[in-house]
Amino acid sequence: MVDALRARRHRIEDLAAAVVVWAAALGVTAVFVWILGGLLWRGLGGVSWSFLVQAPRDAGRAGGIGPVLVSTGLILAVCLAVSLPIGLGAAALLAEFASDRHLFGRLVRRSLDVLAGVPSIVFGLFGGVFFCQVLGMGFSIMAGGLTLACMVLPILIRSAEVGFRSVPDEHRHAAAALGLSRASTLFKVLLPAAMPGVIVGVVLGVGRAMAETAALLFTSGYVDRMPGSLWDSGRSLSIHIYHLAMNISGGDANAGASAIVLMVLLLAINLAASFIASHFLQRGVVSV
Amino acid sequence: MNRDAALRLTAFDDVSPRPAPPLIRTCCLSVHYGAKTAVRDVELDIAEGAVTALIGPSGCGKSSFLYSLNRMTDLIPGCRVTGAVRIDGTDVCEPGVDTVLLRRRVGMIFQKPNPFPMSIRRNIELPLKEHGVRGRARRAEVVETVLRDVGLWDEVKDRLHAPAQGLSGGQQQRLCIARALALEPRVLLMDEPCSALDPIASGVVEDLIRRLRGRVTLLVVTHNLAQARRIADATGVFWVRDGAGALVEHGPTDAVFERPAAEETRRYVTGLHG
Ligand SMILES: Nc1ncnc2c1ncn2[C@@H]1O[C@H](COP(=O)(O)OP(=O)(O)OP(=O)(O)O)[C@@H](O)[C@H]1O
Ligand SMILES: [Mg+2]
Repeated sequence: MVDALRARRHRIEDLAAAVVVWAAALGVTAVFVWILGGLLWRGLGGVSWSFLVQAPRDAGRAGGIGPVLVSTGLILAVCLAVSLPIGLGAAALLAEFASDRHLFGRLVRRSLDVLAGVPSIVFGLFGGVFFCQVLGMGFSIMAGGLTLACMVLPILIRSAEVGFRSVPDEHRHAAAALGLSRASTLFKVLLPAAMPGVIVGVVLGVGRAMAETAALLFTSGYVDRMPGSLWDSGRSLSIHIYHLAMNISGGDANAGASAIVLMVLLLAINLAASFIASHFLQRGVVSV
Repeated sequence: MNRDAALRLTAFDDVSPRPAPPLIRTCCLSVHYGAKTAVRDVELDIAEGAVTALIGPSGCGKSSFLYSLNRMTDLIPGCRVTGAVRIDGTDVCEPGVDTVLLRRRVGMIFQKPNPFPMSIRRNIELPLKEHGVRGRARRAEVVETVLRDVGLWDEVKDRLHAPAQGLSGGQQQRLCIARALALEPRVLLMDEPCSALDPIASGVVEDLIRRLRGRVTLLVVTHNLAQARRIADATGVFWVRDGAGALVEHGPTDAVFERPAAEETRRYVTGLHG
């Protein structure tokens, strides 16, 4: 009798929990669908091949986003070219050579945590002063990319460090017992094994960089012409959207279309990354 | 005595009439973890080409002793080695010793097979490249030779590009042995090489150890006393004395098992203890 009552109570509790969990999940999904739906509804009509390749006209109300895409790509390229080697090096140093008790390691880790929490506008102001004025780069893709690199470094280093730490000690022992030097152990054994973590870091970093406006406003500027070199100012996609939506009356349609392009790009990068990561994980192998 | 051993002995006699000096000689070798002494004052001579089994209950310092022979103890935070390990006359505990070269000559096999997460071929080629074996053809030759040595060639020759993690545990362990052999070490330290394997796979590895005798000097830690009797020329028994591991007995395997000198050994080998 008592048992039956208890069983009933458990069933009701389970049911209640299930309802709460599902409602929360549905709520999150609904918000996402709402945003995406609104975006698609407003902007999908504007996305076409010519939109992707043409230059903006009439302050962006008409025309496309060709130069903007090129600038975005260049800014990202500069950002990754600088942050990847530095990030990997720092992560390897933290994970493999600076033990937890080490003062230097603790200092670097603490600085990174602080940096990761700094608002992007602060990075923007810093980049505007340091890269544009002190180093004399002016408003340029180079200055924007470097500023972004500073911004994504903490994320990149932390994920890559986790990647290195997740490599089991057996591999380090195997490498040492075979007389591999520390450098070869790092580059040929640990780095490939740490790849999934590194990729996650790159994706998070690229995602943050692509979505960035504040840090670029004062560094790469918003000239929407096709950039001739890395020293030209160039408008990134997110700044283009911001500009169209906030400052240009009648720019809403193209802002929506550009936002769709940005979302698709981010999604594509995410998918590609998870594909590569699962490839690494599944095969557990870096082909010869 | 089997035929191989007889042949080896005569060959040995031809080369040198006197017994050769031991290849490895440890003097007062102690291993400490922080303030704790895990192994104390081990004096052990090991003849070139012999198979030596190290037995003893859990925690008596067999692995610690083995790790100190090729300075793998350097990798363990807080671990300190005192005393001397002379291998071929040089003390490998000296700070100036090049551990990369040392470990090339003194290889190691672990309890858990640990191939790198790469293809079977690259597992063997990576250390070869590292140690300056040039030329694709030359390396391919070595890969085939060592895989044949461990009896793995026919099983994997069609999938050298496949990930090593896809092999069975026994195959992985043999791959690890092949990888170590590729560097032509003089000494191979094996820490319970069969304990993660089923009886058949462990029999295969045991045969392999027997075939390597004479070519490589082998130190094998094992909990399997029958295995020690089958494979080893000499046997060392470790035991915890006064809170630290010590070598309580060492000699030809038959003597250790049939006429043990130490009381602990007598109880251990007759199964009364441990
Ligand atoms: N990394 C370490 N840090 C601290 N103490 C350790 C460490 N490794 C081993 N020890 C201690 O040293 C002693 C000897 O350990 P060791 O692993 O050498 O024994 P073993 O004979 O190989 O045992 P088993 O047969 O279980 O492998 C044990 O008391 C153990 O607790
Ligand atoms: Mg052990």
